Amino acid sequence: MKYTDEFRDREKAKILIKEINKLAATIEIARTRPINIMEVCGGHTHSIFRYGLEGMLPDAIELVHGPGCPVCVLPMGRVDDCVSIAERPEVIFTTFGDAMRVPGSKKSLQQAKADGADVRMVYSPMDALTLARKNPDREVVFFGLGFETTMPSTALTVLQAEADGIENFSVFCNHITIVPTIKAILDSPDLHLDGFLGPGHVSMVIGTAPYKFIADFYKRPMVVAGFEPLDVLQSIWMVLKQIKDGRAEIENQYARIVPEAGNNAALAAVGKVYELREFFEWRGLGSIDHSGVKVRDDYARFDAERKFAIPGVKIADPKSCQCGEVLKGVIKPWQCKVFGIACTPEMPLGALMVSSEGACAAYYQYGGVKKHTAARPDASVAAVS
Amino acid sequence: MCLGIPGRIVKIDDHLKKLATVDVSGVRRQVNIACIVNETHSVDDCVGDWVLIHVGFAMSRIDEHEAAETLKILTELGEVQAEMESMRLSSVH
Ligand code: SF4
Repeated sequence: MKYTDEFRDREKAKILIKEINKLAATIEIARTRPINIMEVCGGHTHSIFRYGLEGMLPDAIELVHGPGCPVCVLPMGRVDDCVSIAERPEVIFTTFGDAMRVPGSKKSLQQAKADGADVRMVYSPMDALTLARKNPDREVVFFGLGFETTMPSTALTVLQAEADGIENFSVFCNHITIVPTIKAILDSPDLHLDGFLGPGHVSMVIGTAPYKFIADFYKRPMVVAGFEPLDVLQSIWMVLKQIKDGRAEIENQYARIVPEAGNNAALAAVGKVYELREFFEWRGLGSIDHSGVKVRDDYARFDAERKFAIPGVKIADPKSCQCGEVLKGVIKPWQCKVFGIACTPEMPLGALMVSSEGACAAYYQYGGVKKHTAARPDASVAAVS
Repeated sequence: MCLGIPGRIVKIDDHLKKLATVDVSGVRRQVNIACIVNETHSVDDCVGDWVLIHVGFAMSRIDEHEAAETLKILTELGEVQAEMESMRLSSVH
């Protein structure tokens, strides 16, 4: 628990934990099983581990770490497609740094770069557009990645490319959308979730209305939450309060950033450039209907999928990986057979080990929770080394 | 990528394309401000705004206090270092 010592507002946190304990003790379901609350967003997962929040909560509460890290859910086949585009001699392949090390079936983008492909890390899709402007004789492809938080950035970049008449720029679109994903999780028979912490920055773009079905149809509470430790604790308290009161509503703890209606300009750009795919493949979760977007026909010339022939082969995840079960919260990262052994942040086997927002990397980096790692001595050794 | 980083808009570079220079912890770079401009907040109104920046796009206006708190937590999460590093490494400059 070394990280919790340096946490600000310790006193406020203590009061909140006390209130959470009190509330949890009065909740009926907690008598027979833990109350399962899923944080959908990888940013929350990172914050929860960094501040050791899980260890401060009563045993009656189980945090289930959801699939909200876009790098972690990229299927191997898509990484292979990236490599195949990147290896074309005319292409400069641009990507966020996070995606460099995600394993494909043969290699990652980093390995492709080492083998001679022109792969460049950029901070922003705008930087990729600048590269296209500077290299008119090359094809610049940007690896579009992320939920609704980053979707507007690639949409606006495509619109800018069109306005500027830049023809040697395209996006390899792998954007995914949060609502169908939550729905797939709620429909999954092996999971019992009692409530959700809603993603902060996705909601900043889409607002809170798209989550209404979670409350209305599935009768589960959701609290859209900020990323500071106190935000997370307060949001957990708000979820518990709803459970206790028998309410299922979408509440907004992060109103200082998340407007109820979302961001109009961002949504307009996204709607102009992208449309829903019939289905999209997720690492570990399989195919989820309408969970991804693709470039609309009007912008086909900025769509790398149409510009280049891509293999598009579906590759099964390695057998020893249990990323899917971890993503759905069926098992904890340390329960995966290869955790900390064949799969480490230096040599990731599964994508959940690649990014600090992935549950496995977070467990590995911050040591997880005493009560869990105690049951798995080799995992705790791995976690502190 | 998903958590973003706070910065302050110091000048407008291109009104039409809605491009502005931001200062992120002392580092300056260009960002797109299309998502924080609306009927009541013009491009010129953005100068001096504290904003949350995701991959080179200002996505939300925040107040100064929120910006400072966010910077603190992002530093603790190691995100500030990662974002600054990727701005620095971005193979364009
Ligand atoms: S330890 Fe590695 S293989 Fe196992 S679930 Fe985590 S990322 Fe996947």
